[in-house]
Parts: sequence; C-alpha cells; structure tokens
Amino acid sequence: MENLNLEGSAKTPTVKFDSKSGKLELKGRSIPENSIEFYKPLNDWIDGYATNPIGETTVDIKLEYFNTSSSKCILDLFKQLETLNKQGTAVKVNWYFEEDDEDMAEAGEDYQAIIDLPFEMIEVEEI
Amino acid sequence: MKTVYDIYQMLEKKNVILAFQGVMTSELLTSILQIMETKMDRLEETPKIKKKVFNILVECLQNLYHHIDLDEIDDGNREENSSLFMIAKTNNMYTITTGNYMKNAEVENLENKLGLINSMSSEELKTYYKEVLIQGTMSEKGTAGLGMIDIARKSGKSLEFNFLEINKDLTFFSLSVKIAD
Repeated sequence: MENLNLEGSAKTPTVKFDSKSGKLELKGRSIPENSIEFYKPLNDWIDGYATNPIGETTVDIKLEYFNTSSSKCILDLFKQLETLNKQGTAVKVNWYFEEDDEDMAEAGEDYQAIIDLPFEMIEVEEI
Repeated sequence: MKTVYDIYQMLEKKNVILAFQGVMTSELLTSILQIMETKMDRLEETPKIKKKVFNILVECLQNLYHHIDLDEIDDGNREENSSLFMIAKTNNMYTITTGNYMKNAEVENLENKLGLINSMSSEELKTYYKEVLIQGTMSEKGTAGLGMIDIARKSGKSLEFNFLEINKDLTFFSLSVKIAD
C-alpha cells in the first residue's frame, strides 16, 4: 500500500505513515479549527494498513502544540491502533515532549491512562 | 479625535500588547498567533511561558472563531458575530481577555461549567478533562467541549468571567485568563 506523507503547515503536523517499516509519525503542531477534516485521511490510512500490518508498528508522536479539537482526534487514532494491536501487530507509542514542557508530558500521561498500548515518554531538548 | 486618544490611553494603561475587535476568521487567527510568537521571541520569554501563552491563545481564539454561528440564516456580518480579543503583559504575567455575544439560553450551562472548573483542584481538573475526552462527542464544528477545561489546566489560575445581559436574546460574555511562570 502507499505511504501517507503530508507536509506540515502553520496549523497541521507533518505526517509520515510508512507501511513497509511500520513507522507512523506525527510531528509539529496540530491546531486546526476543525481537526476532523484533517484526521480523516489518517484514520482511513490506518484502516488500510490494518488489513496487512507488519509485525511491529511504532507510533512516534512529536507534537509541539495541539488544541482540544485535535485531542479528541488523537484519542480516536489511538483507539484505532489499540484495536490493531490485537490483530497481528505489536503497536508501541513513543510520546515525545520538550524539556520543561510539563503540559505536553501530562497530555501523554492522560492518553497512557486511557489507552491500552505501551507508551514510552521521551524527553528531548527540541522537537 | 479625543476618543482615539482615550482608547490609546486605556490600552496603554492596561499594558495591552495586542488587541482586536471584529469577526474572527481562520486567517486572522493564524496571523495573531504568528504576531504573538514573534513578540514573545523578542521579549525572550522562557519556552515554558511561551508554550502556555500560545496554547491558551489557540483555545481562546478558537472559542471566538467557533461562536460565530449565532444566526446561521444571515450573512455573518452582524454585530453579534463580532468579538473582542486583548492580550496584556505586566511584569511576568500575561492576561488574555476575550469578549463575545452568546444566546441567553446558553448562559446557564456555561456559567455552571465555569463555576465547576473554578472549584476544582489541578488533580480534579485532570480527571474531569479525561472524562470529557473519553465520553465527549465531537460537534460538527469540531469542538469537543474541552476548551475551557484545558485553559484552566494550563493557566493554573481561576478563570475570571462575566455575563452582561444585553437584551432578551443576547448576553455579552467576557473571559479573562492569567498566565504566569
């Protein structure tokens, strides 16, 4: 299947979903006014990937900012991956946050508490 | 021309660094965010305060953006669709103030929600946020009912708000959020 590559903008993150390596990356800012529209192709891609996933799927979330409209969409994305995790691929989430960004670290913890997937919190100097 | 000076003095006295009155659009929102990022870079704010101000700004401005559907039947240019946005800085404190019209019928809900948010500790807010995130459904506009909770969590301070009834249909809602290191 084709990879999903979207270039980031002032309000949307860079998306790199690679079906061969099983690496799914979201990077940058996710602050669109209406995030449903933006996340729909991502959900669709994962649906496609779910039909033939590789053994290990790694999700790298490297967000600098995200708004509350996106938070719901990100939860839905994780839910999709949670289902996928039980269907022939081991899904792992790497949640990146910048030093001193307690809010982003806490946001990761919120998802970790809700979603049944292994989360790794990774503190970096700059995203 | 006296009024211009009055407005100038008022903004100066309140240490307003950016203000806008009118209909909030997506493009305008992007511009305001860019201006504020540049300003904060120039002021050499810490990454922590920059992130908090930016995050809260996004939610406040998007609240103004989304409320613009008081009346779907008209062209969206009525005064009721207008809003006010101000950001002020004194010492190490940023204050974001917004004002917008809302329907009287929706006041009670919002007032209760803000009262509940202000009564909560940071731990309770965290739990409340997760509850709404899990149960909450998304509106067509893409709002999830999390904005005010998120603003309160990130600000770490009580939200100041006021409801001023304008007529039998409309109320002017104002909100003030403080952000400090």
